[in-house]
Amino acid sequence: MTGPLTGAVATGETFDCRVAFAEELCALARADERVVAVCNDSVGSSNLGGFAAEFPDRLINVGIAEQDMVGVAAGLAGGGFVPFVCGAAPFLTGRALEQIKADLAYSNVHAVLCGMSPGMAYGALGPTHHSIEDLAWLRAIAGLTVVVPADPVQTRGALRWALGHRGPVYLRIGRHKVPAVTPPGRDFLVGRADTLVEGDDVTIVAAGTLVSRAVEAAALLSGSGVRARVLNMATVKPLDEAALFAAATHTHGIVTAEEATVHGGLGAAVAEFVVQHAPVPMRLLGVPGVFAPTGDTDFLLEHFGLTARGIATAALGLADARRA
Amino acid sequence: MLQVDREELGRWRALRRLVETADPPTRAAALRAAADRSRTVVIRTIRTAGMGHVGGDLSVIDILTCLYAAVLRVDPERAGWPDRDRFILSKGHCAAALYTTLAHSGFFPPAALSTFMAPLSPLNGHPDRNKVPGVETNTGPLGHGLPVGVGAAIAGRLAGSSRRVYVVLGDGELQEGSNWEAAMAAGHRDLDNLTAVVDRNRLQQGARTEATNRLEPLAGKWRSFGWQVSEVDGHDHLALLAAFAEPGAGRPRCVIANTVKGKGVSFMEDRVEWHHKVPSAEQAEAALLELAP
Ligand SMILES: Cc1ncc(C[n+]2csc(CCOP(=O)(O)OP(=O)(O)O)c2C)c(N)n1
Repeated sequence: MTGPLTGAVATGETFDCRVAFAEELCALARADERVVAVCNDSVGSSNLGGFAAEFPDRLINVGIAEQDMVGVAAGLAGGGFVPFVCGAAPFLTGRALEQIKADLAYSNVHAVLCGMSPGMAYGALGPTHHSIEDLAWLRAIAGLTVVVPADPVQTRGALRWALGHRGPVYLRIGRHKVPAVTPPGRDFLVGRADTLVEGDDVTIVAAGTLVSRAVEAAALLSGSGVRARVLNMATVKPLDEAALFAAATHTHGIVTAEEATVHGGLGAAVAEFVVQHAPVPMRLLGVPGVFAPTGDTDFLLEHFGLTARGIATAALGLADARRA
Repeated sequence: MLQVDREELGRWRALRRLVETADPPTRAAALRAAADRSRTVVIRTIRTAGMGHVGGDLSVIDILTCLYAAVLRVDPERAGWPDRDRFILSKGHCAAALYTTLAHSGFFPPAALSTFMAPLSPLNGHPDRNKVPGVETNTGPLGHGLPVGVGAAIAGRLAGSSRRVYVVLGDGELQEGSNWEAAMAAGHRDLDNLTAVVDRNRLQQGARTEATNRLEPLAGKWRSFGWQVSEVDGHDHLALLAAFAEPGAGRPRCVIANTVKGKGVSFMEDRVEWHHKVPSAEQAEAALLELAP
């Protein structure tokens, strides 16, 4: 039996990734005239005020019309521009899903979807404004790369990468404040997991807001004698299969943690790989297939056990099951 | 579960009787008092929650007050009565205005409004029909109410019912194409049991509608889709009632209600930042003073 979970959870400066997003997008636009932004009456919520001031002609605000927005982006892409399509993640992905599939992915054009305030960042605005299905929906579309940056450094890196990628990309741009998790000097590499904590008892695979919580969970677990490996799986598609294979074969179980439904997102993606190539016990943490009750983001994350303690408890369960 | 509030129900029934029977000036005064009471409650509700969409709440409140005080055939004691009129607030971000109007009609106690957007409250930031009696469909993403309203109108016909359907839309919301698909379907089917009300406050989230994606000529658009259109001052209760009472012409009806976002609070009126800004304690106090001097 392992010991109880003890230990403090780190506190420090936290960041709204839309700030890094806006700065980087302006920097890219200065250096590359092909960069344009497309939005849906979302200049404020996408933090595009600076872009609008500096590049008024290169901001195409189509109004409250997400399907049109994505179609317009496809047209811009075919006309020699690289559109960064910026809107609240639930409406950008949910409303314009078929445009994303047919106009961007199937047509294979170079456009970058920037889903703002994903997960449950809109808190008490409720399930219509939560974007917890986006990873499942977009992961199912062929040819689309899906990236969930965990902090400002990854947000910037993912934007830079997306400009050079020449295919359709979905980026989740977080609003709920997160600490920096990327070690100094480490770059965002698409399709590559970032190992943030070494360990060989269990592996925690997390993305976005859950990454810092996974790191805290590892600290809690070490107090109980469990050494957890933490992988920041910022690229949800394509997955870093080598890192997952190593985790599944060198550690004794995998916990996934994401601010999304457990049906079809990161956890499901990891499970699809693991079950076929290196079966190992797993626990999938996320929103368990329900519409959230009323509450702010922190309340809801707590409500669904998407906390350091929740992750650690799940990991401890896997470790205990193995020792029993 | 939210239960009927007897006191509010009695007050609402008295208002309905008065609006039906009194002379126009008395009627107008009663509606003005009811709407201003709702305005103060909206301000308090948003102030307590620390969140909300005050500008659109204040622009739509006169429309809601008129519909509930004089037009809609609903019964708070039997919220699920099959032949009730169906009301849909398509601009669901103005939930606080709807909740306040429902509470002031007796559907549930106004005290519940203090839980607006609080953890586990039935009063979510956007209306949820499974939690709030009187809510017909869950709105929040713009452009959903009118298609649902068209379906409700077709259902009324199929059921051989005299029930009617009212949908309140934001003007910025009309940029969503789904509205025009629904408008075309309603025109095609001559759905004369359907009324769309446009809260034409000329502002959307980030700017003016006409500077973002032009809507005008708006009345002409609706007409060309086969709708009967009237334009009124959306803060003039008697004018609104007259528009709602206009005889139908065998076609769906659109009432373009010209409104002012933030109406009733001088420093909020026609200012885009009050789309979802939350008043400070001092601002709330000043607003309440203007509304109930
Ligand atoms: C599909 C969709 N896109 C974007 C939003 C974000 N949003 C909420 S309110 C709003 C502006 C609405 O403007 P309008 O319809 O004119 O309402 P009002 O001015 O009366 O508040 C926007 C863009 C949304 N709720 N749904």
